[in-house]
Amino acid sequence: MDKMTTIPHPDQARIVGIGELGKVHTRTRAAKRARGLSDRTMAWLFVAPTIALLLAINIFPLVWMIRLSFTSLNLSMSYLPLRFVGLDNFSDILSDEDIWIRLQTTAQFVIASVALQVVVGFGLALLINRRFRGHSFWTTIILLPMMLSPAVVGNFWTLLFQPQIGPFNYLVSLLTGVPPSSFSMTGEVALASWTIVLVDTWMWAPYVMLICLAGLRSIPDYIYEAAEVDRASSWRQFWSITLPMTVPFLMLAVLFRAIENFKMFDMVNLLTSGGPGSTTELVSITLKRAAFEKWRTGYSSALAIILFVTVFGAVNIYVKALNRVKQR
Amino acid sequence: MHMRKSAIERWSKRAGGALALFAGVTLSAVASGPALAEGKQLTLCWAAWDPANALVELGKDFTKQSGIEMKYEFVPWTSYADRFLNELNSHGKLCDLIIGDSQWIGGAAENNWYVKLNDFFAKEHISMDDFVPATVVGYSEWPKNSPNYWALPAMADAVGWTYRKDWFARPEIQSAFKAKYGRDLAPPKTYDELKQIAEYFQGREIDGKKVYGAYIFTERGSEGITMGVTNVLYNYGFNYENPKKPYQMQSFVNSPDAAKGLEFYKELYKCCTAPGLTNAYMQEGLDAFKSGQVAMQMNWFAFFPGLYKDPNVGGDRIGFFVNPAGPKGHFTQLGGQGISVVATSDHKDDALAYIKWFAQPSVQQKWWQIGGYSALKAVVDAPDFPGSAPFAPQFLESMAIVKDFWAEPSYAQLLLDMQKRVHDYVVADKGTSQQALDLLVKDWTKVFKEQGKQVASQ
Repeated sequence: MDKMTTIPHPDQARIVGIGELGKVHTRTRAAKRARGLSDRTMAWLFVAPTIALLLAINIFPLVWMIRLSFTSLNLSMSYLPLRFVGLDNFSDILSDEDIWIRLQTTAQFVIASVALQVVVGFGLALLINRRFRGHSFWTTIILLPMMLSPAVVGNFWTLLFQPQIGPFNYLVSLLTGVPPSSFSMTGEVALASWTIVLVDTWMWAPYVMLICLAGLRSIPDYIYEAAEVDRASSWRQFWSITLPMTVPFLMLAVLFRAIENFKMFDMVNLLTSGGPGSTTELVSITLKRAAFEKWRTGYSSALAIILFVTVFGAVNIYVKALNRVKQR
Repeated sequence: MHMRKSAIERWSKRAGGALALFAGVTLSAVASGPALAEGKQLTLCWAAWDPANALVELGKDFTKQSGIEMKYEFVPWTSYADRFLNELNSHGKLCDLIIGDSQWIGGAAENNWYVKLNDFFAKEHISMDDFVPATVVGYSEWPKNSPNYWALPAMADAVGWTYRKDWFARPEIQSAFKAKYGRDLAPPKTYDELKQIAEYFQGREIDGKKVYGAYIFTERGSEGITMGVTNVLYNYGFNYENPKKPYQMQSFVNSPDAAKGLEFYKELYKCCTAPGLTNAYMQEGLDAFKSGQVAMQMNWFAFFPGLYKDPNVGGDRIGFFVNPAGPKGHFTQLGGQGISVVATSDHKDDALAYIKWFAQPSVQQKWWQIGGYSALKAVVDAPDFPGSAPFAPQFLESMAIVKDFWAEPSYAQLLLDMQKRVHDYVVADKGTSQQALDLLVKDWTKVFKEQGKQVASQ
């Protein structure tokens, strides 16, 4: 009997007594479990660690930050009672003239740097797309800046721009005759904003070039052959074939670079610390100062949410536009 | 058999040697102190600069005496506040002892980051009357001017000036200066004199090299420009608040005299500094002076021992002077720090033992001799002190006229607001000096109100 009930096969349940039936069913389920988990359970098991990680390091901090944004928490004065302040932090931020200036500075930086990177990156892609001697070597050289750490880039450009010993000023002096120590790229209001645009472009135009190159390489040759047959000029081919067919790639590059530049911090912090005065203080620097130097946790949480919503909204609109372009 | 015997002999010799070595190591560990054998260790946190190296040297005596090994966590000045305030805020256990900036004392006391030392001082007969009064108020007390002690004055410091004594002494430079200004070229006593000298040296060629007049602090990110501009502001009549009505800043922070002081700092920056020093603090000043670029340099006394030893600009080539006076007074910016026991430390007793050891006059004397700045009266009031270093008389004079920035728990906000307003005006040419100070009053009022303080406008 024992031997029979231990065999986990449903057919064998028929030959056992009624009292034993329950036991057999239980053992059968256990046997099933031992044999293998269902697909659904397996799927959950595989996904669970990722979900747990996501909850722990993304969702929980986000929810916590939203909660903090409605409080007066200041970590440098944590002995003060925590007060619920409703939307005060948000209204403080949105009515603060300085924040609007910082947002304008950020927008100017994003627009100028992305525009320049698209022009330079696309130009480089057109150049690299042609086969010439040393093509691979030059491609590698062009890609080098984007492989560097922003901290390294910030530090060595600071040295290059040094008015007394920096080679950049000497180069400008050689070309224009202006004394090298008569101007400071990072220290003058008129130049500092352009300086960060210049360095960012130097670093990231190769990235735009890579994306554009992928676009250029995806255009089938027969289209150009047909244009040749129709005796279309190179200029016409560029406007009618190359540019329209790479626009989705360009838009993608603009999207990636705009998001990155909106949260730009490290390089600008090293180059100018937001100065002179507040000339190059991007909103990310303001946020860092509010959160980790002034310790205004409630206020900075609210600012972070405002920035998140702004970027999220802008990106959504942009992605819809991108999809429309791709469908055309 | 013979071979076997010799192998046994070899092995027994080796085993004997190993045993002897083991016994030797064990004995030396025991002899080096009971605490080392128990693996006791303290971590001391401070900024990475010259005096920190001197403290490491000094700490060896403590280890020798107590057997407690010292470990150090030194962070560059630019990230010193961020790093350690974050550590204290998060109740971390990295530091057992911390040499925290003077402005942290309010926040550290209110947030219970530091151990209150009153009982310990009473038990160990450490009297704050034995220390220079300005350092006790600046580094140890919270609330200010009350007998509540959170630190032992560890490193006295203030802003002072260095100058190229060798350039000042050259006859051709002397005579040209006298011809131009009708007085002898000498270390300035007032800011007007300083500006005159700086203008005189600006762009002058010395030994075939173009030099500049003065080096002043302009750093934007942490505390630099504030620690520089206050040296002028105090002497032009700037006050943080109404002495009779705490937190009343209107007409004190932004008085017309204070605005003139800020204007003067900008003029000095524009007329007489080297190009490109738009974001420069201690290290840039040292570099400028050591490379023979500037005639006069504003910097902390803490660096002066190192500068005096410099082979290129030290010795007979360097001179020191106290921060010059202004039309409304004679003050200088207080620097320096006190040493505190971190409340979350697991080794509070050992940390207190370190403070007890550090407070001893003999240790304080050595501290001064190897490059630290003692705040103990027994050291600085000793008759031979002024002659003990070429900058000692200026240091003594400076410590008698120091003023410090706010030490409120909200000091970081107050400091960053001032950094922004002053840098905007001085370096970025934004608005007028009066507007900059008016905006500063507005910023500070907001901060104090958030802190729950009553801020009177008049």
